[in-house]
Amino acid sequence: MTTTNNVFVRYLPLLLLAILWEIAPRLHFVDPSELPPLSAVAKAWWSLLLDGEGKTWLSPFLNGSLWTNGVSSFINWFFGLGGSILIGIALGVMMAWSRTVEDVASPLVKALYPMPKSALIPVMILWLGLGAGSKIASIGLSCLLPVILSAYNGARGVDQTLIWSAQACGANQREVLWEVILPGAMPDILAGIRNAIAISFIVLVASELLVGQRGLGYLISFLGEGGVYDAMFAVVITVSALGFFADRAYLYFMRRTLVWRE
Amino acid sequence: MTASGIVFGEVNHTYRPMRGRPVLALDGVSLEVKEREFVALLGPSGCGKSTLLYLLGGFLPVESGSISVGGKPVVGPGPDRGIVFQNYSLFPWKTVKQNVLYGLEKQRMPKAEREKRAHELIELVHLNGFEDSFPSQLSGGMKQRVAIARTLAIEPETLLMDEPFGALDAQTRTLMHEELLAIMRRTPKTVVFVTHDVREAVYLADRVAVMTARPGRIKEIVDTRPPHGDRVNYINTPEFTAKVDYLWNLVRDEAIRAQEAHDA
Repeated sequence: MTTTNNVFVRYLPLLLLAILWEIAPRLHFVDPSELPPLSAVAKAWWSLLLDGEGKTWLSPFLNGSLWTNGVSSFINWFFGLGGSILIGIALGVMMAWSRTVEDVASPLVKALYPMPKSALIPVMILWLGLGAGSKIASIGLSCLLPVILSAYNGARGVDQTLIWSAQACGANQREVLWEVILPGAMPDILAGIRNAIAISFIVLVASELLVGQRGLGYLISFLGEGGVYDAMFAVVITVSALGFFADRAYLYFMRRTLVWRE
Repeated sequence: MTASGIVFGEVNHTYRPMRGRPVLALDGVSLEVKEREFVALLGPSGCGKSTLLYLLGGFLPVESGSISVGGKPVVGPGPDRGIVFQNYSLFPWKTVKQNVLYGLEKQRMPKAEREKRAHELIELVHLNGFEDSFPSQLSGGMKQRVAIARTLAIEPETLLMDEPFGALDAQTRTLMHEELLAIMRRTPKTVVFVTHDVREAVYLADRVAVMTARPGRIKEIVDTRPPHGDRVNYINTPEFTAKVDYLWNLVRDEAIRAQEAHDA
């Protein structure tokens, strides 16, 4: 009973927002051509989901459905984020492991950290063109820094006596790295990846908004420019929901992985 | 020289912090520990006793002087010298059993044998039923028993202990003393035990090496073996009290000097 109450209370603001979104355009508190009622957005979402073609006057020009654009966004996201995680962990741990790597990489990392991530997008387009490559690179580079820093801090924070204990058991350098430093840095690394996931969604949509013929970001800008606002809002909500559920799923995975911490 | 006898010869050590001036931590320390002897290094905090232990463990490089175990110079860490730290240093992501198994895996022991040995060790430190617990779920005393089991599992000839019971409450510490002595009776080893607790040193050790405040030197070596070989009741004898008083007076001056150096 308490749980049901809690769930209800927790989602009450969301429900109120939804009701407001439905009523305000209908009563012309806001211009319905600029903010279509939620039911219209839901209908547009359904038609985008089903097919994407033949539902609005823009459809014949539309490059694929929510599905096909979703898939191409997913590919950019997956390779961009995945690449940044692999490279970021390797670089961060190497920085903590080797003084030379630290001396070379540390100033670069610190200088690039405060850079606005979306500033990379035009540069990547210039270098890699309008296709998937520039998007993957933009996402990858933007997500790289939080992963590097978390892996670096995590690896540096591993207790010296833990490393010594492993060495006294007969572990060699490689075993210390894989069996002590990496798992020891894991809580920090997983937290860094969570930040990277949040950044990845921002840069994914931003890079596709800017230019391109594919992806959810492209869909938003195309529908927006064509004035099909109910469908545009539908895609915006879809992206937000995907981001939310990705974070929830990741959080669940993180708790499972770090079960040893109390 | 026997297989696990330890010889420190004129060991000096200087700490070079990233910032600030280098600090002389050890100044010409010479000490011999015989095979299967239990020697305590006693001194005020910051006297370099842990540094001496880390040098023996091979964790820090011997820059000046020499340290040998069984006639061979120490060049790095090795499974012949097991170590137990004050902060337990268990792998927090491994269960009790996985922690105890770690050294056995590193020694390439066959799986069946490994399992059997881990079981024996967990039994030895009375942690049956906690095999699958994580360190975060254990009390301090239990964690230290896991650390001792992990270290003893690979049967090192020499056991290095760095204030192993310093973080435990008084009752747990007393129980751990009894347990350690019982384990040493079953599997005797050469032990170098770092502590700043005078009673602990007298109770556990055959000899106590008192160290001066920084830079650490050996001030005096005191034989602390119980007169009739009865360590269990040693603590209640006048001889015990006399040794503790004598050692306390030696340590006291150094502790005061260490305090003054710290305040200055």
